[in-house]
Amino acid sequence: MTMRTPATGRPERTGLSSGLGWIGRALLLIVLVTSVVMLCAPRAQGQDAAVSPPGTNPELDAQVRKLSAELRCPVCQGLSLADSPSELSQEMKSVVRAQLAAGKSPDEVKAYFVGRYGEWILLEPKARGWNVLVYALPLLLVLAGLAGVFFLARRWTLAGAGSRE
Amino acid sequence: MNWKRASIAAAAGVPLIALLGFGLTRDPKVIPSPLPGREAPDFALRVFAPGDTASAPDATTASALADTIRLAALRGEVVVLNFWASWCAGCGVEHQALVSVARRYEGQGVRFVGVLYNDTLEPALRWIRRMGGQNYPSLQDDGSRTAIDYGLYGVPETFIIGPDGRVAYKHAGPVTEQLLIEKIEALRSAGTAPAAGS
Repeated sequence: MTMRTPATGRPERTGLSSGLGWIGRALLLIVLVTSVVMLCAPRAQGQDAAVSPPGTNPELDAQVRKLSAELRCPVCQGLSLADSPSELSQEMKSVVRAQLAAGKSPDEVKAYFVGRYGEWILLEPKARGWNVLVYALPLLLVLAGLAGVFFLARRWTLAGAGSRE
Repeated sequence: MNWKRASIAAAAGVPLIALLGFGLTRDPKVIPSPLPGREAPDFALRVFAPGDTASAPDATTASALADTIRLAALRGEVVVLNFWASWCAGCGVEHQALVSVARRYEGQGVRFVGVLYNDTLEPALRWIRRMGGQNYPSLQDDGSRTAIDYGLYGVPETFIIGPDGRVAYKHAGPVTEQLLIEKIEALRSAGTAPAAGS
């Protein structure tokens, strides 16, 4: 493809409809029909398989991507399954895909991995028990810092006002 | 005034330093397994190396085998499940310990089973020959499904499963003869799984 079709394709289109003979139109029809058949063929095969391969089911792909971004790669340091190129992560992603395709809910798939790897496998720990600290402590520290700034600033302004008077 | 400031700084800094120091004592690569105490995930895997004797290399050719081993069929026995690979350095370190403890408990209700992790059969069979043979069967785990079922994050990893079918103990890294015998004896004397190890 050396020439790109311009965005407004009107000159080409009039050329096609008027300039092509019946042979051209027949060829165009054949190309269209075969390409449609070829596009549909792998999808039809994919329906027979237990799990459709990546790229054939956009909805499942999106679910797998979302879920594997929430699960931790066991052989990496702080990477999700989605971000890891390791072989174990690839296999784990295909487990995620197979279980989702088998009708499990995302929470059930997560529960499976938690049962095997512990809560360690969740990139976001559940806000429960000691884990609450992870969520609460930063907030508390920010509030304490703001309070400290407030009191210091007040003391300084009071002291400044006092020295000027 | 100075003392007051110093004590405030200490009150804020010491716990933080203690927390960071505690972090240094922990290995971030270790994943605590929830499996000990729970039922061992079942599997039915193809045997690729029967491992009967070290002296018959013909028996370890892939064509001679089509047998599978199912974990549920080993209920009532102590099962030592060892995940290994030919590319794994620690597996060579622990191999002799596994082989000699397997020989020690032969015919006494203790079954050793190897599962190949993330490897192909040719180098795996070559590895077994180079190590002087394996006196217990090794299974192939396509797609690492069984490895993921056991929460594997590296090789070698060894699971000791009690006669009740529960995981009694999990060990990441090379095992020693002493450790294996200790855990097996505890299971044999108790008859049930002891309190879970790490």
